[in-house]
Amino acid sequence: MSSAATASISLPAEPSAVQREPNPPSQRRTIPRWQDAVFEGTTRFFALFVLGLLLAILIALSIAAVPAMQKFGFGFFVTDVWNPVTKNFGALAPIYGTLVTSAIALLIGVPVSFGIALFLTEMCPVSLKRPLGTAVELLAAIPSIIYGMWGLFVFAPFFGDYIQPLLSKTLGNVWLIGPLFQGAPNGIGVLSAGFILAIMVIPFIASVMRDVFEIVPPVLKESAYGIGCTTWEVVWNIVLPYTKVGVIGGIMLGLGRALGETMAVTFVIGNAYKISSSLFAPGNSIASALANEFNEAADPVHSAALIMLGLVLFLLTFIVLAFSRLLLAQLAKGEGRST
Amino acid sequence: MTSLYGRRMFVNRFNLVMSMGTMVFGMVFLFWILATLFIRGFEALSPTLFTQMTPPPGQSGGLANAIFGSFVIVFVATFISTPIGILAGIYLAEFGKNGWIARSTRFINDILLSAPSIVIGLFIYTVFVAKFEHFSGWAGSFALALIAIPVVVRTTENMLRLVPSSLREAAVALGAPMWKVILLVTLKAVRGGVVTGILLAVARVSGETAPLLFTALSNQFWTTDMNAPMANLPVVIFQFATSPYDDWQKLAWGGALLITIAILILNIVARWVAGARTNLQ
Repeated sequence: MSSAATASISLPAEPSAVQREPNPPSQRRTIPRWQDAVFEGTTRFFALFVLGLLLAILIALSIAAVPAMQKFGFGFFVTDVWNPVTKNFGALAPIYGTLVTSAIALLIGVPVSFGIALFLTEMCPVSLKRPLGTAVELLAAIPSIIYGMWGLFVFAPFFGDYIQPLLSKTLGNVWLIGPLFQGAPNGIGVLSAGFILAIMVIPFIASVMRDVFEIVPPVLKESAYGIGCTTWEVVWNIVLPYTKVGVIGGIMLGLGRALGETMAVTFVIGNAYKISSSLFAPGNSIASALANEFNEAADPVHSAALIMLGLVLFLLTFIVLAFSRLLLAQLAKGEGRST
Repeated sequence: MTSLYGRRMFVNRFNLVMSMGTMVFGMVFLFWILATLFIRGFEALSPTLFTQMTPPPGQSGGLANAIFGSFVIVFVATFISTPIGILAGIYLAEFGKNGWIARSTRFINDILLSAPSIVIGLFIYTVFVAKFEHFSGWAGSFALALIAIPVVVRTTENMLRLVPSSLREAAVALGAPMWKVILLVTLKAVRGGVVTGILLAVARVSGETAPLLFTALSNQFWTTDMNAPMANLPVVIFQFATSPYDDWQKLAWGGALLITIAILILNIVARWVAGARTNLQ
């Protein structure tokens, strides 16, 4: 008993079962505790389960999308026809909608998140830090369907009545970007969807930014303040360069969220398969196309085309999120080195 | 010199005011959304919301079957995801550490944490619903479980890593096998944090609509059969809110309020548990 105990004590870092499975039992270590082996095997099985989940999703969706791949090939990505009657499907319009709404979300969301993170880390009185931080996180806790309902019933009418006419009067006449802001101001459309997405991604980006801003060594900031920098100069010239990798990681995280967001977009984007020069026009994103149509798709080619869209969305978000994680991991590593 | 100084001061003031403005911007939307929700939701609240079934168009009714369905689906999803998530988290923190399995699992888990939930629904549809050729409550629970697992894995691992190794060493020195050390000492030391993770996962999952659209679908009647399509609040809200009928829209607001209150309470309880029960510091 005691010899077995000493044997397993000596390996807190590397449990015996890892090496026992493939190799013949080594002489030095005595009888393994089978319970430990079983326990470790079980936990490893579930870790592998999580790992395998991603592969399973990719494989299952790829198999289900085969009919659409065979029928349309690469042309699927460059045609903007979506006609369930003639069974002709092209993904260009929903892909365009997904990218444009996410771009709008980032254009509005990133500066706002930066401002919020700056406020929370540099300006906010200590007593307000926690409540305001929690309030921002609360925005992330509200389910997306609530954003959708609010968007459809409250925000879209307001947006169409007040903001859109204002935008067409001002930005609508500007050279080059003018056409983006012309058209019927009916509240529903790509721009409102992008705006609501912006509000939804703000908590994610802002909390990453706040967290990375807080890891900046106080010595760095204090020396900048010491030579007479203003708060803004410290943030812009010291904090931001020091944390830029993490900030980009946070933005990518927000982008990943925006690309895949479904319900909020479905309510306000207008569900139209067309690419319009105006941002006021209705459109469609991959996620909203799926939410609206998948259950009604009776034809196998139709549902295969929708699953193909889902696969595209998954790959797109996978790349963006993987990039985000790599950046954030790099920052964490650098932080460990410098301290 | 003074002009440079003045410009720097101006830029500083301007940007700090803008920063304050963004905070106000965020808060305005938070309160706008919550105010809308509470005003319209309370108008729809009534005892019949909890006692009557979802009505056909043009009639009054309640959400009893949807509330029950949501509860059951989320409960089963939690029941599935908790052990899987905790065990995988234990592997990452206690066994895998920096091996390739642990590193890649950690990476994939973080991606799954923000993967689009509609794709998870699509996945369950292709491997489950399409095989059995009918929508079911089980499928809905599986989809939600897949969304909850990464949350539980992440918090479990983070919490276990907080446990000082002296605690483990002390237990091992007493002759306890690793599984006892982990389950009865380390995991127990951080049970508050792990419970927080589970509660946050439940909160995250209870508002999810997209993955239920293709899996649990919905149902107009009271059902306890997990093998059949099952009514649930998010999908009913979606269907009712996008309908042209006033009665339905009103019910949708009532349901939306219920879900949001439930999620807010879960979040508050989760924070409270995290603060009160993790007796490490």
